[in-house]
Amino acid sequence: MIAEKLDNLEKLVGEKFPSLTIEKELEALVLRVSPDQLIETMTQLRDGPGLDFTMMIDLAGVHYPDRKEPFEVVYQLLSVKKNHRIRIKVSVDEETPVPSIISVWGCADWFEREAYDMFGIRFSGHPDLRRLLSEYDFEGHPLRKDFPLSGKIEMRYDEKLGRVVREPIDMSRNPREPFKRKDREPYPQTP
Amino acid sequence: MEERKEFQNYTINFGPQHPAAHGVLRLLLELDGEVVERADPHIGLLHRGTEKLLEHKTYLQGVPYFDRLDYMSMMSEEHTWVLAVEKLMGIEAPPRAQYIRVIFAELTRMLNHLLFLGAHGLDVGAMTMFIYTFREREVIFDMYEAVCGARMHAAYFRPGGVARDLPEGLEEKIREFTEDFPSKLDEYEVLLTNNRIWKQRLVDVGIVTEQEALDWGFVGPMLRGSGVAYDLRKAEPYDAYDKVDFDIPVGKNGDCYDRYLVRIEELRQSCRIILQSLDQMEEGPVKYDDFKLSVPYQKDQETGMESLIHHFKHFSSGFDVPAGEIYLATESPKGEFGVYIVSTGGAKPYRVKIRAAGFNHLQATKHMLPGLMLTDVTTVIGTIDIVFGEIDR
Repeated sequence: MIAEKLDNLEKLVGEKFPSLTIEKELEALVLRVSPDQLIETMTQLRDGPGLDFTMMIDLAGVHYPDRKEPFEVVYQLLSVKKNHRIRIKVSVDEETPVPSIISVWGCADWFEREAYDMFGIRFSGHPDLRRLLSEYDFEGHPLRKDFPLSGKIEMRYDEKLGRVVREPIDMSRNPREPFKRKDREPYPQTP
Repeated sequence: MEERKEFQNYTINFGPQHPAAHGVLRLLLELDGEVVERADPHIGLLHRGTEKLLEHKTYLQGVPYFDRLDYMSMMSEEHTWVLAVEKLMGIEAPPRAQYIRVIFAELTRMLNHLLFLGAHGLDVGAMTMFIYTFREREVIFDMYEAVCGARMHAAYFRPGGVARDLPEGLEEKIREFTEDFPSKLDEYEVLLTNNRIWKQRLVDVGIVTEQEALDWGFVGPMLRGSGVAYDLRKAEPYDAYDKVDFDIPVGKNGDCYDRYLVRIEELRQSCRIILQSLDQMEEGPVKYDDFKLSVPYQKDQETGMESLIHHFKHFSSGFDVPAGEIYLATESPKGEFGVYIVSTGGAKPYRVKIRAAGFNHLQATKHMLPGLMLTDVTTVIGTIDIVFGEIDR
């Protein structure tokens, strides 16, 4: 039944967008779109008869450092009425922005902010492209493949200065080894 | 004429240390008197980089991370991850394991909705609810403990089945609890449903129309409260959900009171699902029978060399998953909880994106709150049923 439904949807989408490539991936339909066609395609997918993709469920960024266009934005759309799903993919390089789809689905707002925060993917036309999850003054984009798992900056309390200091992480240090606190005095012994 | 003093709007910080903010929500509210003009939720204070960490862990090591996402509905989150990995590998859990998963997913739904009831009551002023619901939560936590040893973060579901079979006597205990539970629900309803204060605080507050709910990507009880009968357990049945009979409650007005009623009815339906699953469940294996892909039974590891080797392999290098991409979602208590896995082969995923239900609900507060009174902010935040573990990830 699922396979039949998928074939029907593939036919429908194929008629609607003859110029786009449709792939099948593990019982899911994948549509590759170029950034300049994105908003138009999304609007048609939302309003097109028989398609009815009324919801944008998810937006994920993926980083492929070896590709010519290293960033991929993956949208998952859902039709509540027809109960079918589709996956839309857009590939861009670091400079090219992806058009924001806030005008199509309002919930894209935070998803795009998150993708910008985590990958540095830019969304043109987004009214408020701030960082979402990381600190207000965070530097770098943590989910990129070249970003180390331990991060780049660490914070610690400096007893001499009497405040919290930020220092670059020493990558040569074994991360499993506990910090040595040389300047700390031994605990006073209770008599 | 006396001169009127002009007041400007002022901005307050609601949280991150506010007890009604359900965790670490920093909500910037611009107020005109007592009416909210603008709301800007700031999140990320609980960001732990789960998605990045999962890229560096094997698929089996990923399971406990999912407990800690929405830490109020632990096993439901595992369920998504486990099903997605199973589908990537092309395997299916044996029937008994599927039923056990359904039972525990529904018990988890009870856990979550009971917390919702208690915390929502507490926010709005019904203190007693919190004590009542935690009485029942304690019993469910005992079942968690019986089955996996941990009261909250279970890591009980595994790709290919569950970690171990139900201990002796637990089935009866679950049955006893579930048969008795509707009477407890009646108790809650006596306290709340027709309570005048409860209705004054909830009815017609935070109305979301069907169109708005779809536009903001609402899922689960929030979407059903607005009148859309969409439930993934019916729409895309997974595990044994297609073998049990249950109804989807739907709201009418899309206000906080409807969402409360929807959740109460879902609790009753959960009882139905659990009782049917217990009736239909038969003895049998609880793990996929190719132990290259699922962890062998404990009792075999004590005597069989092969099992020991498999066990070592699973907990050191992990099993290989073929290359591919998958988006799989399940109906967690808060709504559609999805996971998008990109695998390039090997024992670790290339990229994992977690789609949390609360993420969309919370971002919609900036549309829901303007125009409401300051006191209604806690009602709206309570009705969303937010848990920051899943929103910040």
